[in-house]
Amino acid sequence: MLSRRLIPCLDVRDGKVVKGVRFRDHVVMGEIVELALRYRDEGADELVFYDITASPEGRSVDRGWVEKVARAIDIPFCVAGGIRSVNDARAVLHAGADKISVNSPALERPGLIDELAAAFGVQCVVVGIDSLRDADGEWRVRQYTGDPSKTQALPRRTLDWMTEAQQRGAGEIVLNCMGSDGVRRGYDLEQLQAARVICNVPLIASGGAGEPEHFRDAFVEADVDGALAASVFHSGAIAIPALKNYLHEQGVPVRL
Amino acid sequence: MSVVLVDAGGTNIGSVRYALQRLGVDAALTADAAAIRAADKVILPGVGAAAPGMARLRELGLVDLLRSLTQPVLGVCLGMQLLCERSAEGDTECLGLIPAPVLRFVEAPGLRVPHMGWNRLETTRHHPLVDGLGSDDQAYFVHSYAVPVGDYTLATADYGGAFSAVIARGNFHGMQFHPERSAAVGARLLGNFLKL
Repeated sequence: MLSRRLIPCLDVRDGKVVKGVRFRDHVVMGEIVELALRYRDEGADELVFYDITASPEGRSVDRGWVEKVARAIDIPFCVAGGIRSVNDARAVLHAGADKISVNSPALERPGLIDELAAAFGVQCVVVGIDSLRDADGEWRVRQYTGDPSKTQALPRRTLDWMTEAQQRGAGEIVLNCMGSDGVRRGYDLEQLQAARVICNVPLIASGGAGEPEHFRDAFVEADVDGALAASVFHSGAIAIPALKNYLHEQGVPVRL
Repeated sequence: MSVVLVDAGGTNIGSVRYALQRLGVDAALTADAAAIRAADKVILPGVGAAAPGMARLRELGLVDLLRSLTQPVLGVCLGMQLLCERSAEGDTECLGLIPAPVLRFVEAPGLRVPHMGWNRLETTRHHPLVDGLGSDDQAYFVHSYAVPVGDYTLATADYGGAFSAVIARGNFHGMQFHPERSAAVGARLLGNFLKL
């Protein structure tokens, strides 16, 4: 049986791992390779690295650290941030990343998803979606969320975009529910459940994990394939081995 | 011992190479027929689709060479699928070294394709390649196509039914998962291959 995945997310800014609250006020959490190795040793199933400044600044991700991570760790990892073309993606994949994740550039030019899927296969192509509920009750997509001064609200409905991304060749969707991100009150189960209904590829929950129960709820109530979290892991508030034991006791299949 | 990685344009070549380095083996990356023929061990990595993968091997003039190898050969992920008869992915004729088809997972409620993540391996046949594999050991899979269970199967995994996770026929071996990204379990299996 396929295990549910626990995925520490490392936001990378200027070569360091950082974390902000609700995407703001970033503080340095540590060195990239050091944190990657720590999570690997603790039993993380996968890692995601987001170069949070790459997309708003219009540059692609610096690949130097990608190769260092690839040499050091023996679990899969995904790299996101400013991947705008097949060539950008190829450089990151050749440096040793297992998957690439696109967000803002795919919103600018949705055909990018088709091109990436054709070049590398859908299994390499993750589409990240930043989503927030608007005053009218609809979830809609946000763009350039790495920099609050450049973040844009789009008219595109989150679930419409998720459907289109899959049709174009997304092999996995990371749904970041911005309303719950960084405040540790739990994943947005309502939004994840709505996404699950239309998401036929692996769905990863992001935003809001604070307690072990939040992970259980995302897996059991929203049937997500993986749960991504940052601050609770970086701060040590939740240790991955203890979390896995808890999930195992709760009947959630995990890799122990 | 000389180990070569066949450079057929697969994107996981770097990670397989690093995994071998962690085991103390510096594998050369090559598409040169003489270098591949002379190696003690040959690894065919590969991420991507079957048709472009075979097209690349044909362009490089490596199809007959790979078929003629007598030393231990390991195909990883797409590399394993290319060792088989035929892939449903683009209805592609493959190398035909292991008498097995490659079929697409059939989507079903709760069965998402691609099959992506850690899944338990179950040994079905004694073989040095799967030596020491424990009943709780898991490996990291990322694929939409799979090889059914057959005489060539050494270990299976379950995703809407059992499929081949490790296969072998003569000197040709395949792992559907990514040993280079499967932590200690993957290192053990890669180490087993190096000892064949």
